[in-house]
Amino acid sequence: MYATWVLTALLAWPLITGAIVMLVPSRMAKHVALVASLIEFGISVPVWWTFIPGTGMQLVADHAWISAWGIRYTVGVDGISLFLVLLTTFLMPLSILGSWSYIMKRENGFYALLLVLTTGMIGVFVALDLFLFYVMWEVMLIPMYFIIGVWGGDNRLYAAIKFFIYTFFGSLLMLVAILVLYLHAGRETGVYSFGYMHLLSHVATLGSIAWWLFGAFFLAFAIKVPLFPLHTWLPDAHVEAPTAGSVILAGILLKMGTYGFLRFALPFFPAVALHQTVQLIIVVLSLIGIIYGGLVAMVQPDFKKLIAYSSVAHLGFVMLGIWALTLQSVQGALLVMINHGISTGALFFLVGMIYERRHSQLIEAYGGIARVVPLFAAILTVVSLSSIALPGTNGFVGEFLVLLGAFRTYPVAATIATTGVIVAAAYLLTALQRVIFNPLTSHENEKLTDLTPRELAVLVPLLVCILWVGVYPKPFLRRMEPSARALIQQVRPGLVQGDAP
Amino acid sequence: MTGTAVDLIWLAPALALLGFVLNGTLALARPATKTAVSIIGVGVLLGAFAIGIAVFRSFVALHTDAPVVFQYWSWIPVGSLQVNVGFQVDQLSTVMLLVVTGVGSLIHIFSVGYMQEDPGYARYFAYLNLFVFFMLLLVLGSSFPVMFVGWEGVGLCSYLLIGFWFSDKVNADAGRKAFIMNRIGDFGFMVAMFMIFWSTGSLDFGTVFSHAPTAFVAGGGAITAITLFLFLGCTGKSAQIPLYTWLPDAMAGPTPVSALIHAATMVTAGVYLVARCNLLFAMAPVSGAVVAGVGALTALFAATIALKQWDIKRVLAYSTISQLGYMFVAVGTGGAAISAGIFHLATHAFFKALLFLGSGSVIFAMHRAYHASHSHEDAQDMRNMGGLARHMPWTTTLMWIATLAIAGVPPLSGFFSKDEILTAVFARGTPQPAWLVFGGLGLVTALLTAFYMTRLMLYTFHGPNRTGGEERRHLFEAPWIMTAPLLVLGLLSLAGGLLNVPELYHGNAWLQHWLEPISRSSVALLPETHLATGTEWMLVGIAVAVAAIGIVGAWRLLNLETIVPAHSAPAERGFARVLRNKWYVDEIYDALIVRPIVWLSREVLWKWIDQQVIDGALVNGAARGTRAVGWANRWLQTGQVGVYVAVFLVGVLLLLWRAMS
Repeated sequence: MYATWVLTALLAWPLITGAIVMLVPSRMAKHVALVASLIEFGISVPVWWTFIPGTGMQLVADHAWISAWGIRYTVGVDGISLFLVLLTTFLMPLSILGSWSYIMKRENGFYALLLVLTTGMIGVFVALDLFLFYVMWEVMLIPMYFIIGVWGGDNRLYAAIKFFIYTFFGSLLMLVAILVLYLHAGRETGVYSFGYMHLLSHVATLGSIAWWLFGAFFLAFAIKVPLFPLHTWLPDAHVEAPTAGSVILAGILLKMGTYGFLRFALPFFPAVALHQTVQLIIVVLSLIGIIYGGLVAMVQPDFKKLIAYSSVAHLGFVMLGIWALTLQSVQGALLVMINHGISTGALFFLVGMIYERRHSQLIEAYGGIARVVPLFAAILTVVSLSSIALPGTNGFVGEFLVLLGAFRTYPVAATIATTGVIVAAAYLLTALQRVIFNPLTSHENEKLTDLTPRELAVLVPLLVCILWVGVYPKPFLRRMEPSARALIQQVRPGLVQGDAP
Repeated sequence: MTGTAVDLIWLAPALALLGFVLNGTLALARPATKTAVSIIGVGVLLGAFAIGIAVFRSFVALHTDAPVVFQYWSWIPVGSLQVNVGFQVDQLSTVMLLVVTGVGSLIHIFSVGYMQEDPGYARYFAYLNLFVFFMLLLVLGSSFPVMFVGWEGVGLCSYLLIGFWFSDKVNADAGRKAFIMNRIGDFGFMVAMFMIFWSTGSLDFGTVFSHAPTAFVAGGGAITAITLFLFLGCTGKSAQIPLYTWLPDAMAGPTPVSALIHAATMVTAGVYLVARCNLLFAMAPVSGAVVAGVGALTALFAATIALKQWDIKRVLAYSTISQLGYMFVAVGTGGAAISAGIFHLATHAFFKALLFLGSGSVIFAMHRAYHASHSHEDAQDMRNMGGLARHMPWTTTLMWIATLAIAGVPPLSGFFSKDEILTAVFARGTPQPAWLVFGGLGLVTALLTAFYMTRLMLYTFHGPNRTGGEERRHLFEAPWIMTAPLLVLGLLSLAGGLLNVPELYHGNAWLQHWLEPISRSSVALLPETHLATGTEWMLVGIAVAVAAIGIVGAWRLLNLETIVPAHSAPAERGFARVLRNKWYVDEIYDALIVRPIVWLSREVLWKWIDQQVIDGALVNGAARGTRAVGWANRWLQTGQVGVYVAVFLVGVLLLLWRAMS
């Protein structure tokens, strides 16, 4: 019973409560939104147990929607999307709680948009009808545009428009590609449907047009990841976005790119994706992301920009892991996606918290504050260590799996990518030192107050996840494995690499 | 499960972790707590040591050659990769367990006195306990990944403790440098793990070592690459060329930290790793030679720098690098020489911990003296010391014991362990002459070691005092809680040789026999070596003579009357200056590696490629282009039907023309 309505409930509940948030008095908005997002999280939690590790889609709901065009409302999850849905419902209450004192104007609108955004993000991860997928892709785009554009920093309009146009450009190409797939499968069978399985079963006869379609999907997803050189919207968007915007942008939105590759680009066009040249291009771009992202992060004066470029590096690991197509590397990539949401989310929360006190996100504005705010410093240290993949934290398990798995397919590239762990230590520890260590030079910093209970309530769940995934990731890996195996089987039939060395 | 005390092994790291959690909580919640922190901090270590002894005794009683492996939980299970969190109790890990918890306990006790006045007392003990936790994971882990958790974890604690007094940028810089240089090594460790997994199908020590003979061709490229990548990891953690430069800077941390982490335990992790993987290194003769060669070179190179340092802790830091080089010569030689390396690891832990803690007592006294007179002189510069023997007789005596031990004077502990290494190396020299060179470098290093250690002792404790008249009245021996651990270490430095008295002196060579199961499989792969008894005695004679020349030479050559306090000392000239400046290696690294990378990142990658090319020319350029097209189009949309018709006609004509031609 639960299995048939849970995904629909997860999609509908934020929309309904989003409308309610618009109607309540503005001082009540955040409370209502928080309760709504907590209920949303509560609805999603039993999925952890309801989901049975195995192949195929689960918790499926399928209803006719626009019958004339073969558009259906079809949703479901597998081991790939499960954790992205849970990550979304997990991060939303934290984001709302983290915005508590940050958002002081037009609160109703802000929290309503966050809730609508939730629907869009979950929709992207669960949609099994490509039209529905496209609709959800756009649904999540617009709230984020307003969140950056209305509640952002000084240069928010530039950043918001850049974010919008970039993503929109990609998604238009994707729409065209989806329509071509739809018409192609329709012409072949006489059945016109946007259903995922329907379209997937007729991609083999696409011929050379597959190259163009892959290109369209590639652009749409690569912009979202973002892959070098399509990444420059990200630092601007992060710097200008309010804390919750940055957290969701890094935590969830970037994952839509890599999710898109896993769900669509790879299974739909395996021959193109595994073509020598395409492999080379993607592996090289991933490596550039890892090394270049890290090196550029190292010289950023703005803490948020630093984290933004570090995201480029982290997502480079994900892309490498996906394309290496071994069981370890794909599961590693999935885990890095989750970990990046947790750790980078926590980093953005921490920067936001110190920004609220001091109104600067420049690294040089700080220094030596570990003496003034020891708790903040301790948590920032732990989170930074998880971001640089210290063993025992979540970051290590993901990166280790990606690199180990990728080493089988691309030994040279994996070795180069491993140097990313050095660069990561260089940029994050340097920033950490300049913020919490060194002499306490600024008088303004002497009066900083340490974390409040509300802020701890935001951070502690993230810290728990950092250690949990670091020490006992098995529950995650166990649920991912059948789907990862099926994906590899589908894209590269034959031996599932990594099973028998 | 063995049904004996060996099963309790998990308790040792668990206790240390508990200490970290409790002290860490206190550090954040009640930073001023002292007594509870001391009881927890020292208590968990003594508990871990007691467990170490119990485990060791039970393991001896088991009379087994095979390791006892405990698997606790499945950590990273993906397909054929099955990494469990597990511990391995065997001959090698029990020795390490005892050294880490034993010497660790003494240093924890010493710290109670040394750090008493520090406002970060609770935080200090939290870090120290955490360090022991990770160190125990490192030596007990039954697979490469579990060992790697400890490996990076001790690096983290080292980072936190080097930068313990983080309000000084120099200290924070030193911590960061240590972490990043270690990460370069860790890169090698990781790549080695990947190669091992895809060749042997496992990362568990047991499986890897049993599959290695079939999975690899001895002397082949794969095994050579794996062992060289592993050794890259060792050069980071154990401060060998080319990644050693972080260790001298690491002296910025509190002195007991230098004793525990940067002398006795963490920096020996690389030696432990090579010993653990001795089978792999035996299968790759080139790598074995590289390990021994780099060790020998590092030993000599660091010893030359130690000759000209004035900071008492820096002398000891370079001495540590040098002695670690010795250990690598031994484990690089492989086979039975592994036991010589581990023997030196243990005796070095005794006498170097003693030297560091002793220097800690000296610095402690100097600090108090300068504090009393409100002077800001350098409390670690030997030029400000001299004649301290009159004020600190216990420390002086104990440090002399350690000095004679490290110099290799019989019958102290260092004599036996160093001699064991030289014997093994020269024995290998018969089939492979390269080892004669390594042995020769070792002898020269022994000479320099005896010289610079005697220099340190003379400048610090003998001759006229240079601290200052007012300060002199405040120079005292440190409290008993600090001196007592020194006494124990003094005894160990004196008698530590008993662990492994060779058959040459009708000893039973206990450690060597104990460790035999560890190196058994690799002995067969290495060339057979044998030294005639006469040659062995000759080597002993040379080694003792070298030590004597070093000590007497320093005594005769150094003129204690001409030393002036640091603030009025002239700069060195010529070669002495090169040594004083550590062969300018830091400057060279900075100019060739650090600065170019930062410049490339900032000026080329960020400001040029990212901001100007991608964002400026392409992205915003596209935006400008779009706007320009829109502007141009505006002139087309005039709203005059006549113009539209005209354009339409031109278009149709063009199409027709195309179709007809």
